[in-house]
Amino acid sequence: MELLANLSLGFDTALTWANLLYCLIGVFLGTLIGVLPGLGPTATIAMLLPITFTLPPVSALIMLAGIYYGSQYGGSTTSILVNLPGEAASVVTTLDGYQMARRGRAGVALATAAIGSFFAGTVATLLLALFAPPLAEMALKFGAADYFSLMVLGLIAAVVLAQGSLLHAVGMVVLGLLLGLVGTDVNSGLQRFTFGIPELADGIGFVVVAMGMFGLGEIIRNLENERLRSEIVTKITSLMPTREDWKRMIMPILRGTAIGSSLGILPGSGSILGSFAAYSIEKKISKNSAEFGKGAIEGVAAPESANNAGAQTSFIPLLTLGIPSNPVMALMVGAMIIQGIQPGPAVITQQPALFWGIIVSMWIGNFFLVILNLPLIGMWVRIIMVPYRLLFPAILVFCAIGVFSLKNAEFDIYFMAIFGILGYIFTKLDCEPAPMLLAFILGPLMEEYLRRALLLSRGDPMVFLQRPISATLLGLAVLALLLACIPALYKKREEAFREES
Amino acid sequence: MTANIKNTKDFWTGIIYMAVGGMFLLISQNYPLGSSLKMGPAYFPTLLSSLLIIIGIISLTRSFIQPGTPITAFAFRGLLLVTAAIILFGLIVRGAGLVIALPTLIILSAYASIRFRWAESLALAAGLTIFCILVFLKGLGVPLPIFGSWLTR
Repeated sequence: MELLANLSLGFDTALTWANLLYCLIGVFLGTLIGVLPGLGPTATIAMLLPITFTLPPVSALIMLAGIYYGSQYGGSTTSILVNLPGEAASVVTTLDGYQMARRGRAGVALATAAIGSFFAGTVATLLLALFAPPLAEMALKFGAADYFSLMVLGLIAAVVLAQGSLLHAVGMVVLGLLLGLVGTDVNSGLQRFTFGIPELADGIGFVVVAMGMFGLGEIIRNLENERLRSEIVTKITSLMPTREDWKRMIMPILRGTAIGSSLGILPGSGSILGSFAAYSIEKKISKNSAEFGKGAIEGVAAPESANNAGAQTSFIPLLTLGIPSNPVMALMVGAMIIQGIQPGPAVITQQPALFWGIIVSMWIGNFFLVILNLPLIGMWVRIIMVPYRLLFPAILVFCAIGVFSLKNAEFDIYFMAIFGILGYIFTKLDCEPAPMLLAFILGPLMEEYLRRALLLSRGDPMVFLQRPISATLLGLAVLALLLACIPALYKKREEAFREES
Repeated sequence: MTANIKNTKDFWTGIIYMAVGGMFLLISQNYPLGSSLKMGPAYFPTLLSSLLIIIGIISLTRSFIQPGTPITAFAFRGLLLVTAAIILFGLIVRGAGLVIALPTLIILSAYASIRFRWAESLALAAGLTIFCILVFLKGLGVPLPIFGSWLTR
């Protein structure tokens, strides 16, 4: 009953005309940028974040959530139509989605993705509504040491899931933590690593880093193999799945939703792990496993549902513990802090309207996604077909003005350029930027919790092993790292990613 | 020496990690370290930068032992033009204003593409400039001048 009361509070908040409009605009803009080849949710949100600054907190977060789902769906559209995934999570969709498109079933593939996403989104939103409050209550028992260990676990998970060398990924995390410390030390008021530059006193802006590394870096990387880029025109004929299609997609959607929701809660994973696991499992148990890789509808339905379910449930660690579990959530933390909200267990009790408003708007966002995208597919297709040589200067313009508008300072534009170069170099060296961005956000938080934990334990580092919650979390982190290090499994992980890309 | 490097990616990553770690470690020495009971501003950075240096050393060592795939060719044209265009935009946007800074950014960066065409890029520049002035300046109120101080004075 309490759930119903809470949900109705959420509906009261989200269902104002203004908020519905922001949600709709968010979904629309998110899809618009997300369909652009090579731009995943992280880059999309980083680019669109500045336009939400002027809104009141609830509307801003509702719009951002809309942008997130929109960009994810946009990414799937690009994967299916032109085989260009914007982010790791939609890589799996290219395997069968693109094959379906080549067989002239692009419309059905897109419809399947939309239906699967909507179902998964609905279920995951309900899960979020059910489990977030008790989890937040549990989170109140978390001490400083437990928080620190949880962040360690999150970072280790991000490392294990990163592509390329494990060692390099650990390095990127440490580098991110260090860069996060640039600026004024909250405890002593001392300015650290600022080289006397006054603009760095507040630290390096995380949007600047995200836009540089994901936006600029990606553009430069795409310019590399321009010669190889083929511009294929796909015709959308029929959107409606046949009776046979419906029958084949029901079970994969259910399984994908279950897998995606449960794996999405894990810190550091988000939707990547879920979509990948859902696809592998479906491939194993499906009657039509021979068709996988050649355009099986199950191969679109399962990972797309898992993807969206994971996107939803990855809000759980953010809203209950205040810990972002992936770069997208890291951007959400940034947005919340700018709006004057400190994410954490207190949000539910102190700002219930905000909390439940966001949850309800997630569902509304998913609903808009379906009613907006199915009729507009023709338009998205035309945008994808815009040649890249015209697209990327436009993206650069939006990045430049967007980054400027953060603080109305040219300084941030220069820093974005520097991080663009860094991002490009690091991708060339097989060092994935995603774990770095997550660490960048967590850096100051980790330092603060480490300081508090050690202060409470009178300087004894054993506190991390003596507290049961902390010890369990650290144990999980070590386990994850060991699993990734065992040569046999390590090889499999490499193979798994090779199969994807 | 270069002949012995079996994995150039590991090699350069190692060098970068060691250099950045070294820099942070060096700068940290200017701040009070404190103790584990009362962490000073240098405590956590010292810990992290030492860790980064160790990771760098491991990566560097590994580059001589474990073979890997070579680094693919750099897109220097794209790298140079895209970053130059962005930085130039920052330098002139207040002075010259958007009517000059935006087309400069667009055409300079578009030139990075091997499929660059003048007519098309000029049209893109004109269209985007009008769009941005309408949306960002008039719509969202970003405080950037259409005509900068260099032009109006």
